[in-house]
Amino acid sequence: MSETITITINGREIKAEPGTTILRAAQSANIYIPTLCDNDELTPWGSCRLCMVEITQKQRTRMVASCIYEVADGITVQTETPRVSNVRKLVIELMLARNPYHAKLKELAAYVGVAKSRFDVDLKECILCGECVRVCREVVGVSAIGYKGRGNERVVATPFEGPAVDCIACGSCSYICPVDAIPLKEENGIRTIWNTEFAMQKCKKCGRDMAPIKQLEYFQKNYNLPDNHFDTCIHCRT
Amino acid sequence: MEKITSPEQLKALQESIVAKRDPDKACVTVCAGTGCLAYGTQKLIDNFKKEIKDKKLEDTVSLRSSGCHGFCERGPIVVNYPDKTFYQRVGLDDAAEILEKTVANGEVIDRLLYEEPVTGEKITLETDVPFYNKQMRLLLAQNPEIDPVNVDDYLAVGGYQALGKALSAMKPEGVIQEVIDANLRGRGGGGFPAGWKWDATRKAEGDIKYVICNADEGDPGAYMDRSLLEGNPHSILEGMLIGAYAIGSSQGYIYVRNEYPLAVTNATLAIENARKLGLLGDNILGSTFSFDVKIVRGGGAFVCGESSALFASIEGRSGEPRAKYVHATDKGLYDKPTCLNNVETWANVPLIINKGAAWYQSIGTEGSKGTKIFALVGKINNTGLVEVPMGTTLKEIIYDIGGGIPDGREFKAVQTGGPSGGCIPKEYLDTRVDFDELTKLGSMMGSGGMIVMDDRNCMVDVALFFLRFLEEESCGKCTPCREGVHQMRIILERITKGKGKEEDIDTLQWMGEAIADGSLCALGRSAPAPVLSTIRYFREEYEAHIRDKKCPAGVCKALITYTINADCTGCRLCVKPCPTQAITGEKKQLHTIDQDKCIQCGACYEICKDAAIIVA
Amino acid sequence: MEKTIKSIIDRYEGDKGFLVPMLQDVQKELNYLPQEALNLVSSFLELPISRVYEVATFYQAFSLEPRGRIQMALCKGTACHVRGVPLIVDHIKRELDLEEGETSEDLEYTFETVNCLGACALGPILVVNGEYHGQMTISKTSRLLKKLGKESQKSEEGKS
Repeated sequence: MSETITITINGREIKAEPGTTILRAAQSANIYIPTLCDNDELTPWGSCRLCMVEITQKQRTRMVASCIYEVADGITVQTETPRVSNVRKLVIELMLARNPYHAKLKELAAYVGVAKSRFDVDLKECILCGECVRVCREVVGVSAIGYKGRGNERVVATPFEGPAVDCIACGSCSYICPVDAIPLKEENGIRTIWNTEFAMQKCKKCGRDMAPIKQLEYFQKNYNLPDNHFDTCIHCRT
Repeated sequence: MEKITSPEQLKALQESIVAKRDPDKACVTVCAGTGCLAYGTQKLIDNFKKEIKDKKLEDTVSLRSSGCHGFCERGPIVVNYPDKTFYQRVGLDDAAEILEKTVANGEVIDRLLYEEPVTGEKITLETDVPFYNKQMRLLLAQNPEIDPVNVDDYLAVGGYQALGKALSAMKPEGVIQEVIDANLRGRGGGGFPAGWKWDATRKAEGDIKYVICNADEGDPGAYMDRSLLEGNPHSILEGMLIGAYAIGSSQGYIYVRNEYPLAVTNATLAIENARKLGLLGDNILGSTFSFDVKIVRGGGAFVCGESSALFASIEGRSGEPRAKYVHATDKGLYDKPTCLNNVETWANVPLIINKGAAWYQSIGTEGSKGTKIFALVGKINNTGLVEVPMGTTLKEIIYDIGGGIPDGREFKAVQTGGPSGGCIPKEYLDTRVDFDELTKLGSMMGSGGMIVMDDRNCMVDVALFFLRFLEEESCGKCTPCREGVHQMRIILERITKGKGKEEDIDTLQWMGEAIADGSLCALGRSAPAPVLSTIRYFREEYEAHIRDKKCPAGVCKALITYTINADCTGCRLCVKPCPTQAITGEKKQLHTIDQDKCIQCGACYEICKDAAIIVA
Repeated sequence: MEKTIKSIIDRYEGDKGFLVPMLQDVQKELNYLPQEALNLVSSFLELPISRVYEVATFYQAFSLEPRGRIQMALCKGTACHVRGVPLIVDHIKRELDLEEGETSEDLEYTFETVNCLGACALGPILVVNGEYHGQMTISKTSRLLKKLGKESQKSEEGKS
């Protein structure tokens, strides 16, 4: 028996089911909170810290990550305060020092009011939001990529920074990356991702490139499909 | 060893062990903590063993290698019981002499006695040594009396009696109430009331609950927990057993950092012995309470001292913390209710159960009860472990017990709270040390590391040191810590190289506030503390680096020069060690340093007997 | 190698939670964590290799590169730092021509700075293959390096 919870966001009363995060409650009421590591297909991660808000609960005020904090009766949420603004500005300036070029970051910079980062650029492209690692682990289920190292030296990598041995070249990581830092190339029946080449399955009827063989084998195994299930492409199947 | 099946049997066992021991028989106790072992004490212990065996002295003297005695500056340490003759800086070959003179004839060996630095008075007894008698050693007192691998020693001093009392005469809720009434606050740094944590865990939903001892002790310069776990592992087990009984847990873990191999060894042996005696396992002391403990070693990550990162590490993952909006007492290790406490917190529990909350409340200040062990290190005469009641002043600890600053130098600051804490200047030496007072000063109690600095330490360099440490230890998950600490470090480095900019101090303060607000875990949230506290109390030092490009303490290489002054007697000692051959001079003539070649390595300064090398 | 790894896994009853201690035991056995060993751990524990690699690269205790015969670890704790460790670090770097964390090409020396060893009264401390050398100064370090150098030469001569 779960009772609907009432909270206040920026003075507006919002109702939500127990277990809803402040971020989702705000989004469903069309209140904007900037995010980068959040994705509704993935478990909340709370690493970019852009979504931080100031909440007051039982007379105590503190900063929390709205993508993780669940609604509770009586809390008051402020999404735009000086403290919130300072954290967002710092986070954006720090990210711009890794990747000053991508449109998504420039868009966020404009929103939080940062014209330029005061930090010297040490170009890395990847902003370590973790979405690629999480999608590979949680949605695709192969954990082909993970982290190497910790702290500022941390990078997203294939095992031993070598060939992506467990990868099925589905491209989910490349697709989900908010700053397009994972290149995916397809040429002459070969898909290349993480510096590893994957042969594409050709339709036995029309010869079109369908999908990477490894990816189709993965589906076959996981869904107990017959061996010849992917011999023909969607267009040629009747 | 046979399993003990009731508290009465435990008492009887204790009495029989004590009865078999002749209180008048000489017992030579050698400190065998990691610090003293590093002095080579194992050789001394082996020599004692050999002498006793060869001269067939087994009936007249026993030998005990004990846990850390705490007066680490003066190791190797040998105390002869029962009279408690105290020998310090014992030579590794002195075993025979000690046995012949002191043990056999009661003759005191003068050169091994502690000498009072001011009066020159020689002190014979351990109890008269000022370093010890100005402390209140409740937790560390047992260390000299116990060989950590011999459970009988622990039983002989009353070990596990508190467990017996709790299991036979107290209900779990009663145990919790006692700890709440005592106001035992967590000794790991958070200072959270342990009793309330136990209560929350007990009340949490679920049948499987965990009890964890946090022995990660990552603060550099702090080794209280090492000494407790190495020297008296049973006291920790007893505390955990009492806690587990109170909470309703049957599985515990001791998470020990990788760099403490002796603590792991001794704790493992203690667990084995406790199991043999039935003090761990099923139906402990004949009750319905069952509990066992596993030891997990860390992999070398400061962040794993943070509870959620510690859980991740025990679960076989990398030590990434997670947001603690749901408390560990509800969902901790493996998402089960978990009570995590520090080593020293657990060690306090048997005392509280044995002597009662009212007694515990009589020690300390209004908000902080009991004693605290501090690791007094750095530029201090008496480096060692100091246990004092909460409320003792910094001055008493540093001067009365610590013996002040060596080499006649001036006190500059004391750093407490590790990388999460701050530096406290001399204006606040009269501060009574407790959780709240240190927080008011912009520092914190932390786990107990107390690093003393003198006028030859540069506070900007100290801030940089902590930032480098935190940068390496950051797990890398959240942006403010991973990138923010990195950028703060870059700014500090620029300042120490003479490339500081006028706006740097303001930038550091702005960044500090945002990092403290935005970081995911306590490592990141407290990372700015060393920088912010040094800016607060030593702003002029920052300004000297930034505006004048000078390092007043003579530390930051880019801002100092080494020169030789007129005190030089031309002994030529400094010429050879110079890696760039920058020093020239004839014998008995004033030498000079070629500034173009000098790399400020410090070799000449170290070796000069005339104190003629000026670093400025 | 397969037998060695299997026996280590069995020592912890194949419990995935003990991945960190398992890797420590592997490193103790093999001097470092070779790729092959990590792949074996991954298959025996049925954990993705990316996860094993992530843990192996997260913790400071692990080395994925072979380490030297003489392992030198200088404590970089706060107490040692304020007693002048940075100057000793520079000295060792100059003498051995190694950066912190590096192993010499001939696999003779590994030089690392490590977190606080908890023996602060003896600071600065240098640990050489488990042996503690306390109260180090630049001159003491020089003498120690010279002594190790001679031993190193003897060992080389012994090999040839």
